[in-house]
This record gives sequence, C-alpha cells and structure tokens, in this order.
Amino acid sequence: MKTLRSKLMLSIIAAAVALAASSAAMAFTACQVTDTGGIDDNSFNQTAWKGVLDAMEDFGVEGRFLESQAETDYEANINSLIDGDCDIIVTVGFLLGDATQKAATANPDQPFSIVDFAYDPQIDNVLGQVYATDQAAFLAGYLAAGMSKTKILGTFGGINIPPVTIFMDGFVKGADYWNAQKGDAVEVLGWSVADREGLFTNNFDNLDDGRAFAQNLYDEGADIVLPVAGPVGLGSATLADELGIDRLKIIGVDADLYFTDSERQHVYLTSITKRMDATVRAVIERTMQGSFEGGLLVGTLENGGVDLAPFHDMDALVPDELKAELAALRAGIIDGSISVSD
Amino acid sequence: MSTEMNQAVQGRLIGRNQIEDLVLVPLYALVAALFLGALVMIATGVDLSTIGQSFIALVRGSVGSLNALSETLTAAAPLVLAGLGLALGFRAGLFNIGAEGQVIMGGLAAVVAGVAMADMPAVIALPAAIIAGALAGAFYAGIAGWLRAATGAHEVISTIMLNLISYRLLDYLLRTPLIQKEGRADPISKSIPEAAELPRLLTFIDPNLRLHAGVFLMLAMVVVAYWLLFRSKMGFEFRASGENAIAARFAGINAGLTIVLAMAVAGALAGLAGANQVLGVLGRATPGFSAGIGFDAIAVALLGRSHPVGVLFAGVLFGALEAGGRQMQVDAGVSIDLIGIIQALIIVFIAAPLLVKAIFPWGFRRTRSKEEEV
Repeated sequence: MKTLRSKLMLSIIAAAVALAASSAAMAFTACQVTDTGGIDDNSFNQTAWKGVLDAMEDFGVEGRFLESQAETDYEANINSLIDGDCDIIVTVGFLLGDATQKAATANPDQPFSIVDFAYDPQIDNVLGQVYATDQAAFLAGYLAAGMSKTKILGTFGGINIPPVTIFMDGFVKGADYWNAQKGDAVEVLGWSVADREGLFTNNFDNLDDGRAFAQNLYDEGADIVLPVAGPVGLGSATLADELGIDRLKIIGVDADLYFTDSERQHVYLTSITKRMDATVRAVIERTMQGSFEGGLLVGTLENGGVDLAPFHDMDALVPDELKAELAALRAGIIDGSISVSD
Repeated sequence: MSTEMNQAVQGRLIGRNQIEDLVLVPLYALVAALFLGALVMIATGVDLSTIGQSFIALVRGSVGSLNALSETLTAAAPLVLAGLGLALGFRAGLFNIGAEGQVIMGGLAAVVAGVAMADMPAVIALPAAIIAGALAGAFYAGIAGWLRAATGAHEVISTIMLNLISYRLLDYLLRTPLIQKEGRADPISKSIPEAAELPRLLTFIDPNLRLHAGVFLMLAMVVVAYWLLFRSKMGFEFRASGENAIAARFAGINAGLTIVLAMAVAGALAGLAGANQVLGVLGRATPGFSAGIGFDAIAVALLGRSHPVGVLFAGVLFGALEAGGRQMQVDAGVSIDLIGIIQALIIVFIAAPLLVKAIFPWGFRRTRSKEEEV
C-alpha cells in the first residue's frame, strides 16, 4: 500500500514536470504589478488589468501580473519581472512611484509605464499615465448637488495622495459650481480643498472601513457618498444596499461599478470612470509597434480617458433639465470655457 | 541530576529525538504541505502542467539563481530576527503576539535616528540607527512585560492591543513634520540617508540584487540569542521561568524582572527586524511597512522549535517560500495566496508531529507501544 502510494505520487510529479517543461512560448509579453487591493478589486487594479486583457485579446500578446500584498512587495515584484522577459512592465499606482523610478534607472533598456505618476524630470524609459480626473469628478459633483435632497454630500479617500484627492477636488468644486449657478448651499463633507485635509481610511483594502465611513457620513446627513478608495467603496455600497437608495446613493470610481459590482449595481448613481484600461492598452500597442517613448499620456474628458458613466437604473430619477445642464457643462470643460481647477 | 537532564537544561540534547523533531518532521511537513497545495490548485481548476510549472518556479525563485538566493535571504532576515525574539519569549513562557507592533516601532525609530544622523559618517549613523530600532522595540515590548509583571495583565492581550496602537501611531507619526517626507501630503517618511543605509552587498554584480548587510546582523543575532539563552545566567533564568515559574521563584529568580527583561529582549530583536527593513530594504517607512513580519515570525519561531538555529532555518525556509512564491506568480500565474496556504499547512503539520509520523513512517525510530512497555 505504501509503495503504491509513493509510486503514484512520484508519477504524478514526473508527469507534471514533463508537461511543464514543454510549455514555453515566445511572444510579446506585457507584465503588470498591482497595488495592494488585489487584481480583482472591481475598481482600480482591475481596470488597469483589463487593459492588459484587452491587449491580449486584440493583439495576441501574453499578459502576466504580480499582486502586491504589502508596500514591501513593490520593489521585489518589479525586480522579479525584470528577470522574466517582459517587453513592457506596467506598474499600477502612485505608491509604486519610487520603486518604479529605482528599477527604471537601474534598467535603462527596459520599458516601463506607470499609472498615476508623472516624473519631473521625465525618465526616458518610463511612460506615465495620468488622468484629468477632476474634469469628470466636477460633473459628478454638479450632478450630486442637483440630486441631493438633504443638500449634504459626502466623500472619503483611501490615502491622501494626489490621484485620490483629485477626485475629491473635482467633486467639491462641481458642487460649489452648482451652488454658484443656482444660489444653493449644498455642502460636501469629508474633504477641504483649501486645507488639503479630509476623511481617509489610510488603506485600499478594508471593506469594513468603507462601510463605517459611509455610515458616519450618512449619520451627518449625506445622502450621496463618493468613496475614492478602490475596493473599500464596496463596503459603502453594501450599506447603501441595506439602507435603500432613497436614503443613500453611491458614486463609483475608476470603473463603471454598475457593471463590475453587479450584485449592488442599483446603488450607483453613476461612476467617475478613469479609463486606465484604454491607456494601458494604448501603451502596449505603442510598445508593440516600436514607438514607445518616455513621457506622459494624459486622459481627459475630451479624449475619453476620464468620463461620467451612464445613470443606468437611476436614469429616470435624474431630471432632464439636469442632464442638459451636465451636457453643457461637459462641453464647457472640454472647450475650456469652464475651468475645473479654481 | 542525570546527565540527560543536565544536557536538557543546557539545551544540548541533540539526540535521535531531536533530529526527528528538528529535521524529519519539518521536512515531511513541507512535502505534505506542497502535496496538499497541489490538490488545492487542482480543486481551483489549475491544470497539471501549470502545477508542475509552479513548483519548478518555486524552486527556481528561491534557490535557482543568484538573484533568487539574494531574495530568499532578504526575505528571511527580518523573519529570523523577529523570530529569535519570539523564541526567547516562548522559552520564558511568554506568548508575545506583539512582534508586529515592535517591528513598527523599531523601524520608525531607525528612520528617525537615521534621518537625524544624515551628516554623520556611516560608522556612527548606521549603528546608531540600528540601536535606536532595537531600543524602541525593547521599550514597546517592555510595556507589555511591565503590565504583566506589575498588574498581571496577560501579555497575549496587551501585545495584541499594543499592535493596534502601533498601527495608528505609525499613521499619525508619519504625518508629523519631523518624519514626513517634504512635499508629500500622504503618510510617508523621509528617505534614509545613505550613511544610515545597510549597504547592499552584491550590487557590483547586478544592481537589482537586494541582498544587504542585514544578513550579517541576522547571523550575529542567531549567535547572540544562542549564547544568551544557553550560556548566560539571564537565559537560564528565562528558561527556568518558562519551565516552571513557581519553582523558579523559589529558586530565587525575580519573576517580575525576568518577565520584563524577556519581553524587552524579544522586543529588541523585533525592533532590529523593523530597522533591518527600513534601513536595508525599503529606505523609508510607510503605513504597512511591517507587512505582517511580526505574525509570520510567530510561525517561524514555532517551526524552529524556539531554538535559535531552528529559527534560522525556519526563517530561511519562509524566505524561500516568499521569494519562490513571487516566481510562481510570474512563471505560472498561480496566485500568491497559495503560498500563504502552503505556509499555513506546514505549520499545521509541524504542530501535529503524530500526524506527520502516521503519513510518513520512514526514518522515525520505532517507539514501543504501551503494551510492550508493560
């Protein structure tokens, strides 16, 4: 019995080893290092990974990813991809900025691209992907101000870093713009544009925090909440699901959460989409064509890099007049007649 | 006192039983865990060739190249350092869950000291930063020891609570002007100046090799911990209190002082682990820089049977799993979570040596059954 068992085990191992040795392929390989929060966060990391998936489908490239479980993993993860024959390494997130810079400087022949980070001065083998998220967030703030019954909105962020606070800036300024236009007094809790201070969970992975922060904002009277913290916002959506959308609505970020968070899709008024999938795909395409260059790729309302998602189930709740105003606002932001930055 | 007893007290009992305990059981546990890990992969729909590929990657990523060895040792150093501290605590009968918090405090103190000594030469700045880390860890763990000695508050509870406090303290302190990086609004510390960095050892071969001088710190501390535990009076007092606190008290050992000292030494080693991370690997402190080292180190200390040499090997094994696990993700696309499962399975098997002996009967001395003894 024992010998039989050990022989069986040996043969399984041998078969597996033989199979493994025969499956090596040579193709363009795009590699991605995620931030903490995970590749399946329905939001930030997942959207960026979708860009690789799209490229795999459209151009037949190979894709690999490495999940960072802690900030200590960033450098090690990037390093282990440098050995792994990646044609381009895409690092996802502002927090990987230092690690990416270090790796790019040490390996000047390896093309890198980083989401949410712009180097000054630029590094020749790094293409930064940044987004004018405040343009879309401005629209969301205007919309939310127009939709709020309590005249109080709420927002909170993951960590107080520019790619997060740019959502909150736009949101607050959009609500302010509504107040200025309508002589209204809608208040936004959770972020002060002038002080650069506000509500932050200090992580991008704790769903309980998302619930607790949304509950606090709701208790303070907010009926629409914008969580800017990747998967943390899913906890806020759960609360909205339990309270009902009459009492609390959520605005999603990064992806159109109506689709990625399909179980709770009815709680999302809209989403501020940041099309990292489109820019990541574009970077892979450029690199494949041999036209990779260091510098910046900026997503705006105009080029579709950022946008406001459709209202989906809540479409009927949004008055036509407000929709028309949003369309005008959008055109104004694109042609520059309305500034979102002051 | 019989010679065996004498040897046992001195911790030199390397007999047949210990070889079984220290070598065979962990080895078989590793095999069993890898096998169960493969079953988990099959259950989650991973095909056989990918499983084979992932195990090849595990070996390749942990020992298969210079870079792999460098990564293994880089990951092992903090685990061994913190694990040594926990092992000392366990020997003294203290179940210290607070290594994570002590790692954080040690790392933070090393950052503060390192940044303050930016203008000093490395011979002063580096030792000062390392010692600051050890002292901060010792102080933080000493709080729990003092609470235990003075009020009887159980160290399991107080160290868990001190962990929670340390997380928030880190978030807060990282945003104070003394520590926060200039021009940043998020919690991130200033960078460690070059003088206080643990120098990287192999960058002349390849700038990506991360192995740093912390590996010497790790080896030195293994020797120190061994000496402390088995050759010093203090170590004898730790072990005597751990074996039987009441007997130790009647033997004239100051129980309260022993608890505080044991916790402080454990905390100093965990603090060194934190200093090792910020000075050698990260170059700065950020929220979550401790990355669960203090908790993994509990497993390392248990796996190493609370023996300094055992802790060294267990730490290197865990380092190898971490480095190899990364390669598994790269080569085979297998989730890093699987490595966590394998680590947990190893611990489960180690904790149940009888189960291991039942599955793998080879190499164990036949023990007489009770009937035969009668």
